[in-house]
Amino acid sequence: MEKFILKYFTLIRTLIAILVGVIISIVLIYLISKTPAYSLKQFLLGPILSKSRLANVFENASPIIFCGVAIAIAFQAKQFNVGAEGALFLSAAIGTAFAVSTHMPALPHVILILVVAGLTGAAWGWIPGVLKAKWGASELVSSLMMNYVAYFLGLYLINSHFRDKSAGFLVSLPLPKTAWLPQIIPGTRIHVGIILAVIFALLGYYFLYHTTTGYEIRTTGNNDKFARFGGINVVKVVILSQVISGMIAGFGGMTEVMGIHHRFNWQNSPGYGWDGVIVAIIGRNHPILIIFAALFLSYLRVGSQVLNLMADVPSELVAVIQAIIIILITAEAFLSQWKYKITMKQASLEEAGNESIA
Amino acid sequence: MSPLLKSIFSTGFGFAILRVMTPILLPALGVAISELAGSVNIALEGIMLMSAFFGVIVSTFTGSIWLSLLAGITAGVATGGILAYFHLKLKADIILAAIALNMFASGFTIFMLYLFTGDKGSTSSLKSLVFPEIQIPILKSIPVLGPIFSGHNIMTYIALLAVPFFYVLVFKTPLGLRIRAVGQNPNAAESVGINVNRIKVYALLLSGLFGAFGGLYLSMGYVSWFSRDMTAGRGFIAIAASTLGGNMPMGMFWSSLLFGFVNSFAIYIASLDIPSELIQMIPYLITIIALALFAMRKQMKKKRVDEAHELYSEDVISSVVKDISAADE
Amino acid sequence: MESILQVNNITMVYPAGVIANKNVSVDVTEKTIHAIVGENGAGKSTLMKAIFGIIHPQEGDIIYKGKKVNFKNPDDAINVGIGMVHQHLMLAPDLTVAENLILGVEPRKGSLFLDTDKAVRITKEVSERYGLDVPADKKIKDLPIGVRQRVEILKALYRNAELLILDEPTAVLTPQETVILFKTLFRLKENGKTILFISHKLSEVKQLADRITVMRDARVITTEDASDVTEEEIAHLMVGRDIDTARLDPPEKMGGVRLSVKNVSYIDDENVQVLKNINFDIRAGEILGIAGVDGNGQTELIDILTGLSRPTEGSISMDGKNIAGLSPRQVRELGMSHIPEDRMENGVADTASLEENFIVDRYYKKEFSRYGKLDWKYIRKYSKELIQKFNILTQSSRTPAGSLSGGNIQKVVVARELSSDPQIIIAAQPTRGVDIGSEELIHVLLKDARDSGKAVFLISADLDEILKLSSRIIVIYNGEITAHFKDVSKVTGKDLGPYMLGVKKEEGAHGEIHS
Repeated sequence: MEKFILKYFTLIRTLIAILVGVIISIVLIYLISKTPAYSLKQFLLGPILSKSRLANVFENASPIIFCGVAIAIAFQAKQFNVGAEGALFLSAAIGTAFAVSTHMPALPHVILILVVAGLTGAAWGWIPGVLKAKWGASELVSSLMMNYVAYFLGLYLINSHFRDKSAGFLVSLPLPKTAWLPQIIPGTRIHVGIILAVIFALLGYYFLYHTTTGYEIRTTGNNDKFARFGGINVVKVVILSQVISGMIAGFGGMTEVMGIHHRFNWQNSPGYGWDGVIVAIIGRNHPILIIFAALFLSYLRVGSQVLNLMADVPSELVAVIQAIIIILITAEAFLSQWKYKITMKQASLEEAGNESIA
Repeated sequence: MSPLLKSIFSTGFGFAILRVMTPILLPALGVAISELAGSVNIALEGIMLMSAFFGVIVSTFTGSIWLSLLAGITAGVATGGILAYFHLKLKADIILAAIALNMFASGFTIFMLYLFTGDKGSTSSLKSLVFPEIQIPILKSIPVLGPIFSGHNIMTYIALLAVPFFYVLVFKTPLGLRIRAVGQNPNAAESVGINVNRIKVYALLLSGLFGAFGGLYLSMGYVSWFSRDMTAGRGFIAIAASTLGGNMPMGMFWSSLLFGFVNSFAIYIASLDIPSELIQMIPYLITIIALALFAMRKQMKKKRVDEAHELYSEDVISSVVKDISAADE
Repeated sequence: MESILQVNNITMVYPAGVIANKNVSVDVTEKTIHAIVGENGAGKSTLMKAIFGIIHPQEGDIIYKGKKVNFKNPDDAINVGIGMVHQHLMLAPDLTVAENLILGVEPRKGSLFLDTDKAVRITKEVSERYGLDVPADKKIKDLPIGVRQRVEILKALYRNAELLILDEPTAVLTPQETVILFKTLFRLKENGKTILFISHKLSEVKQLADRITVMRDARVITTEDASDVTEEEIAHLMVGRDIDTARLDPPEKMGGVRLSVKNVSYIDDENVQVLKNINFDIRAGEILGIAGVDGNGQTELIDILTGLSRPTEGSISMDGKNIAGLSPRQVRELGMSHIPEDRMENGVADTASLEENFIVDRYYKKEFSRYGKLDWKYIRKYSKELIQKFNILTQSSRTPAGSLSGGNIQKVVVARELSSDPQIIIAAQPTRGVDIGSEELIHVLLKDARDSGKAVFLISADLDEILKLSSRIIVIYNGEITAHFKDVSKVTGKDLGPYMLGVKKEEGAHGEIHS
């Protein structure tokens, strides 16, 4: 048992953090709600009690998976590029602009739009990457700034050039049908995007753990001096990891537009990039774990929306819980005492075992 | 004169710049003080939200502006303290911990807002007292200058005074000296008996203090209510302002002024049906360019310093040698 | 004169089991300059750390000015009047000289404000009192190293240090700066200060010190009046060995020159000339050893040979091709392998698995990957073979490298570097900090490499290792080659010592084969 704990310590710690978060939310619900049992049921089971809500879980998870994988690839190279938000926003805007100004059959249209969005995101990741690799400028600050530039640039593009003046809101012209991602489950908004998201997560996993470039990224993140010593071109890796990260975030933004809204309708930045940071941390930068982390986060979100709608507890409960979960996961010293005790106990057991053999 | 130029050269525009600048300058000082101590604090967004919220809550329930001020300051400083606790004691990465704190502040304030108003809608807000506006005696009657500089919320003047306060704190007090020493070479500080973690905690608490004033201004001066996520990214813009200002008080004053100018300009031309987005984008672009230039200069400088070393060292050595041989004789 | 500091029978064992000080006793007389000399790892730094309260020995006690002291931390030591000038200077680069000087004990105006004028005044006063000229309002980053060091000395004096400990103070100085430092130290002695000085540059020690304590293998060998011993005698005492260490048999057949280093010089970022006109050759089938005290340019030389940095001048040819300035990958592709000095910094990624650590220089080659896809099945099999062949103790090939013992981590590094079929092996401190079993294994492996016709360049601070393995030996001191021993069968540590310590020098020495 204790050996098991040591082996899977990080995973167990993550689960404990999640558990603490959920327990706190239950306590909060009991404190606030006049009908706690009902509220709790809505929160925990709400998302699976109706088909449309369950569908919501998957719809919402899709862009979060994209952004989580994007962030994870940069984080694996130890690049704190948090520019997924901006890459997603601008890629969606430029992709939309491209989509409404071109006409062609469905499949090539969809592919070309995604290529345009991906390239936009890649370019967006390249800038902080180069600034970091060549001159050592903090990618954290530059990518934060890039988020704002992307936001204003995207809004300008849509509001000034591709605005649908007949609509009552600030939205872009609608995408032609050829640019829509097909729905996969009738009666819901679940579209091909979720499949693409899962595919990208699997590709991300494959890329990081089964390709030479992924190996270069992880090795550079683990110890960049060692990577250079072994002959890896660290400058290239630092840039590339951020370019790929931006590209995947770009796909995420565009699929959201093509699959759900069918036009660009964001006037505020949607926040998926930050959600990506959350699920990357919960999923410990592992793309497959990120799928589950995103579904978990999305489930909590939908649960809280149900709670908001059906009971007397605001949905922001989730923001509080996810913050607690994350801060516990990142706190290295959290539970380290416990681990230390087990390690020491194991060590003395082993020693005793060795002595008895001798 | 075109309507645009007319409005820019109006005193109202000058007034607006200072107004918009206030909630950027204050958190920028907060970012800078922790940066000088060697900790990157991107939690100003959360710090401001917490202060803005607690100020309003206490104003609603006590009707006392002083208690509101106290509550807002306490909330901001406490949030800085929580960040310090997780970063320094529980060894969390400060960037990730700050991201979590920002998230927490956003969710927590909306959550509480609901509990107090009972309104689940996203537009709900809580009315508040505001801090007084100050007419400056003689200044107010001077044409042009008066309408621009007089009649602001007291927090705007506090923000302006915070600049020299920051200067004195950082450059003229023992604490400031220690903060800078810890940021530049923690080992050096430690070797003369300075408790490095304690200094970092002080810096993060101060960071919370500056942020608290920024947050209080937003909900109790800039407007007179609390609404969800009302900081609207100013905590991040503050990072841009402090980076652009090189963490130096006057530098940050000018960079915040630039942000204030550009944002006010954007608001003005928005009414003229000219796309404001491109204008609003400018300060961020400038920040990125400045960041790149600073980084480049750092690399170049290294070489220049080497040359300077040579010159200076020969200089000093010869003088010292002369000095010593004179003393020996 | 009275004794100011007595160290009695200190024994310090580090948690890993390394005995760093064994029954060490030193008696320092006040108002003298007392030098502690010894090779790397002789225990000098440990002794200084114990005196200054940085570490706490298991046995023995320290008596300062007649009273037994028990420092919990350096603060306690500073408070009773002990000051330390660290080798890596403890100064904040963007603060001025005055600010650095008064840091932690700031003069105040009222109770709140810093009295900057007074700080400058204090700086001038202290600097005049001891005749140490420093520019009070200049920033540290704008000053040369020698002046920075003077600030560090003033810092200690301002804190009323009576006993000043200097840890290898001349290691970073130019010759002129060294002269000035010595004059300073003499003057401080006249002012009634006591100086404890760590060094391995014997000419300096002889010039400067009143008494000299020699340490070797964690013990004090002797303490003598400086006037009673010659530099040669000190060198012999430091190196110590009379016993002839077991040598490898000389190589049976030697091939042609594989690596040839010509006129290599290197000037570092601090503008210090670290390497001066280095020349040597290495032939197939031999081990060329380079002896020297750490920090005499070996690290820079290794970095240049392996593509991690570029020489300022000179060429390096590998089988006739100039490799100076090529990337690490290119150099490795030509058949060079590299066992790095610091295994945790460069040799492994401690959070990555052994498998990932084994393939860092070859993951892109066709056995390990195809079309960019890693063949984990093969990598696993390959790793298991290496683990078995090099006798690495680990739970599995997927264990993170950092969880192994030091000796086993080193075996991981050696296994990787020797299994790439290298033509030239740069082996830096290949057995530093490893257990005896691993050490022997690594020595056998290097011998096998030699016998199979590889060219081996051995860099080691451990003289026994150099003497045991090398077919030829060159000695490096202060960035220059000071001797070349073509026939090593009769060479002992005592022969190398004077060259390593700068006491003797062969003019124009080089390690080339011809001429």
